[in-house]
Amino acid sequence: MEVTTSPVRDPLITGRKTLHDITHDISYQVERKPTVSWLLALATSLGVLAIGLYAVWRTVWDGIGMWGNNKTVGWAWDITNFVWWVGIGHAGTLISAILLLFRQRWRNSINRAAEAMTIFAVICAAMFPILHTGRPWLALYWMFPLPNVFGSLWIDFNSPLVWDVFAISTYFTVSLVFWYIGLIPDFATIRDRAKGIVSRTIYGALSFGWTGGAKTWERYESISLILAGLATPLVLSVHTIVSFDFATSVIPGWHTTIFPPYFVAGAIFSGFAMVLTLMLITRRVYRLEDYITIQHIELMNIVIIVTGSIVGVAYLTELFMAWYSGVEYEQYAFLNRATGPYWWAYATMMTCNVVSPQLFWFKKIRTSIVATFVLSIVVNIGMWFERFVIIVTSLHRDYLPSSWVMFYPTLYDVGVYMFTFGLFFTLFFLFAKFFPVINMAEVKTILKSTSDNPAKHHKTEVGEKDVATQKI
Amino acid sequence: MIQEEKFQLTPSIRKKLLTYGGVGLGLLILGILFLIFGGQSHGAEAHAGSEGGHAEFHWYNRLFANLWINNVYFTGLAIIGVFFVAIQYVSQAGWSVLIKRIPEAFGAWLPYAGVLMLLVFLVGGHSIFHWTHSELYDESNPAYDPIIAGKRGFLNYPFFLIRMVAYFGLWYFLFRLIRKESLAEDVNGGVLHYRKMIKYSAIFVVIFAVTSSTSAWDWVLSIDTHWFSTMFGWYVFASWFVNGLAVVTLIVVILRENGYLMAINSNHLHDLGKFIFAFSIFWTYIWFGQFLLIYYANIPEETIYFVERLDSSYYSSIFFANLFMNFFFPFLVLMTRDSKRHTIFLKVACTVVIVGHWMDFYLMITPGTLGENGGFGLIEVGCALVYIAAFLLVVLTNLSKAPLVAKNHPLLQESIHHHT
Repeated sequence: MEVTTSPVRDPLITGRKTLHDITHDISYQVERKPTVSWLLALATSLGVLAIGLYAVWRTVWDGIGMWGNNKTVGWAWDITNFVWWVGIGHAGTLISAILLLFRQRWRNSINRAAEAMTIFAVICAAMFPILHTGRPWLALYWMFPLPNVFGSLWIDFNSPLVWDVFAISTYFTVSLVFWYIGLIPDFATIRDRAKGIVSRTIYGALSFGWTGGAKTWERYESISLILAGLATPLVLSVHTIVSFDFATSVIPGWHTTIFPPYFVAGAIFSGFAMVLTLMLITRRVYRLEDYITIQHIELMNIVIIVTGSIVGVAYLTELFMAWYSGVEYEQYAFLNRATGPYWWAYATMMTCNVVSPQLFWFKKIRTSIVATFVLSIVVNIGMWFERFVIIVTSLHRDYLPSSWVMFYPTLYDVGVYMFTFGLFFTLFFLFAKFFPVINMAEVKTILKSTSDNPAKHHKTEVGEKDVATQKI
Repeated sequence: MIQEEKFQLTPSIRKKLLTYGGVGLGLLILGILFLIFGGQSHGAEAHAGSEGGHAEFHWYNRLFANLWINNVYFTGLAIIGVFFVAIQYVSQAGWSVLIKRIPEAFGAWLPYAGVLMLLVFLVGGHSIFHWTHSELYDESNPAYDPIIAGKRGFLNYPFFLIRMVAYFGLWYFLFRLIRKESLAEDVNGGVLHYRKMIKYSAIFVVIFAVTSSTSAWDWVLSIDTHWFSTMFGWYVFASWFVNGLAVVTLIVVILRENGYLMAINSNHLHDLGKFIFAFSIFWTYIWFGQFLLIYYANIPEETIYFVERLDSSYYSSIFFANLFMNFFFPFLVLMTRDSKRHTIFLKVACTVVIVGHWMDFYLMITPGTLGENGGFGLIEVGCALVYIAAFLLVVLTNLSKAPLVAKNHPLLQESIHHHT
């Protein structure tokens, strides 16, 4: 089997790397002693986590009355943060599954870290509905069909909130297994290189006795293929069902049929932005410029333009249809969004999500590290405001003008959000130190067909994962 | 290496197509005569469900509805051809180079589609679009409709016509730009034309991202004038797109069976099959998203669309057939690897999808135009045959004008040595 790569394509791996260089460059970060900057970063994350934990503690002990939610605005920062984190948790599986199906070889350098980020983001997301139940230890009864002694208490299968529980937990499980299986060969590499008994034992256990034999690789590929097949519908279903939380209702501003695909596009949009934020730092600190090249960054920025524009078309469609429908409640909901007391949130959303990604049309901007970093954060802010706008502005002026209110977050709203940030970065820094941040085995498979190493020809053996795709 | 090959539109193919067209026309006329003299077989009185239902039913209403279905359907095919080529360029896809001339040729239908659309609207728009009735806007008239009157800023003759001309103008202009570079590349080689095509394709994709939705609102959504759904633009796009993929695949398979495109192997077919499989699921996803949200929220203004289609004994059978042909059938048939690599499965699946999406547009357009006077008979078959013959004649003529393979495409070798 041969892969032909046209000379018009730029190499995906630069720096004239050999197979050994790949192993060394990536394993080295795991094997070396923790650096001072890493320790400082971890300490900061743990600090944020500790402060946030206090807010979580007060929320659980005193109840969700600690938050700024009120009787009109029953959902606010909690669900905003939940949807925001779930959205971020889309990029990893998109990269590992859907880009695999589309044979995008550039995914190999970024999939590991993106999948890790996905998993951590989903954990952070899960915190909000769990805390929002008030007494999470009782929540199992209305999330899962468990027998209970509370009379007729039984879960409501008609509720999209329950669908969410199943969709997200399934997605989380499959993403975790997919990510971990990809890690096994790399753990084995680190085990084989390990000098100390402790690391050899730990990485030996983590690698599940991986031998690297032909049979093991064959099984590895079969399971990767099955998981990619499972993950593809799952990644689309998760945000579809999150959008159902709103769209199945009859609330103007929430009930709109475009929500499912529009939420999915928004999720990919925000997920890629977060991948860029994290990868740009990791790339710099770990000197991975030859693996995560400017071309990788440019391609991710193109995904951002595409998904940002899809989201933009959806915003305009909603505005148009609100007017076109002739339903005055619908019309008012959008008028209020754009020009009411929350106009600033709406303007932030529009600027950050629709206008700012258009800057990536300029090649100079989409190949600039600084501009990409800044814009990736701008997009993350914009996507938070999108959820805030959808949730709070649709609720705060309900059908009865006497109950119209504003929402003001309390310190505990901020604190719980900080808690998830602390959790996310703590997990990510631990991952970046102790796990190989790039999938060595998969990067090696594309080395021959797409590197600038003159010793290699363009025609070479096909990659391991590429073999897997054929069977789909 | 590939030697230069050119598709020959032989007199016998041309004759065959003209015969199909002639037979179609005959059936159409026969169908109309039956309708005029034979009396209605079903439900001539019960047409309360349709938006235009207050008007008396005439045979030409059915003719115009059919012309409109085919206009929208074949315009979609033409523009999806251009769109398919454009996304190959913006995504720098290599595998599809060998087949790209086929979707590229679809664009040649655009000017004909534009003229037909304009003519049918000017002549028969009154039968198709309820909102064109002036009494709806007259407050003193008992037929005054405040909701439709509220949409007047968008739904009015001049603006509608301007939009229609603008869509076709923009689409055709960008198609010509892409096509010009494509042909110049055959002569000159190099990567300059390739880079230019990426640029034009990106511009086209941006324009199409907006106009695919707005044209769907104009040409299809506004038929059921009261009804609205934000998903609708993407629904029409999904239907157009998977149908375009199926037609491209079918033509590739047939060309290959006739000795053309010998560099195409089962790997390319496999990819085309995967596309049809994936986008059949995508269409179903969009369909289901729209249906479920409307069903679940149960707001009468919105559910009426599905009530009209499900409560009618005639349309409900088409409603379920639509799901079967466009989801279950391609989903099950194209699920295995082998079926995507064998031409017989592809031919069967593509045919069902192509007919299925015609039925999809039928189901979008007919209830709102004809209500319970809708039917399926000689008129439908004949009219579709005429369009098929005309579309193929235009597209195949265009295909025969350029080499069948873009021989200087910088990614050609990737496509020739393509493995899935």
